[in-house]
Amino acid sequence: MNNSIRISCNLDNLKVFRNFVTEFLHPYAINKIVLNQIILAVDEITANLIKHANKEDESKSVKLTILQLGDTFLFELTDNGIPFDPTTYVEPDMPTKIKDKKGGGWGLFLVKQIMDKVEFSSQGNHNVCRLYKTVSKVPVPAKQD
Amino acid sequence: MKITHEIREKTITIALDGELDASSSVMLDEELSKPEIMLFNKILVDCENLNYISSAGLGVFISHLQRFEDAQIKLIFFNMQEKVKNVFEILGLDLLMTIVSTYDEAMTVANE
Repeated sequence: MNNSIRISCNLDNLKVFRNFVTEFLHPYAINKIVLNQIILAVDEITANLIKHANKEDESKSVKLTILQLGDTFLFELTDNGIPFDPTTYVEPDMPTKIKDKKGGGWGLFLVKQIMDKVEFSSQGNHNVCRLYKTVSKVPVPAKQD
Repeated sequence: MKITHEIREKTITIALDGELDASSSVMLDEELSKPEIMLFNKILVDCENLNYISSAGLGVFISHLQRFEDAQIKLIFFNMQEKVKNVFEILGLDLLMTIVSTYDEAMTVANE
């Protein structure tokens, strides 16, 4: 199976990445809840890239590449939008959000809870976000003709 | 994402069918923002066919929570799949929102 896919910056395309991650990880028989968490983490970063970094400009795109390093999966998301500076990130506070009737801002928080390592890097307008997740008891995928 | 509702006296049951992500959560926000919703005193959310929720979907419920609480409207989730409930749990929302197993349980809690 191909390990990379590209979508244009339309939120309707989020499900394309979710389906791709689901299919890619299918042979590894990952626990349902963990699999959903991984899909969620990739979805959250992608939604942020589409909305904030690329302002839903459909002429722009986000690329996802999945690599397996032993029992660790690396999900690499690349785009050419506005770079995200992780040093400016402030963790949201639930009581404040509820009181202010504001629901947004939980994406990266979820990703940080789910993934083992989250990295952001930018060079010019080329941005890369790397998400690492180690999954226990990963069987070797069946050989395909 | 498909959203349907059933009304019985002062209770509205909203059934969510599909995936609630950054794209489809707009629909849910529109549904919960309707002025008529404030006429009910119980909102039951049937999550049996809710296969996925992201922070955008959770955010819709978070943003309406205070308004419902101020109006003394009970918001109760039921029939939630484990993988979906897990996402609520990561944010600690299972402690701030009422999530029960069945419709009967939801009605019992709603009538307390």
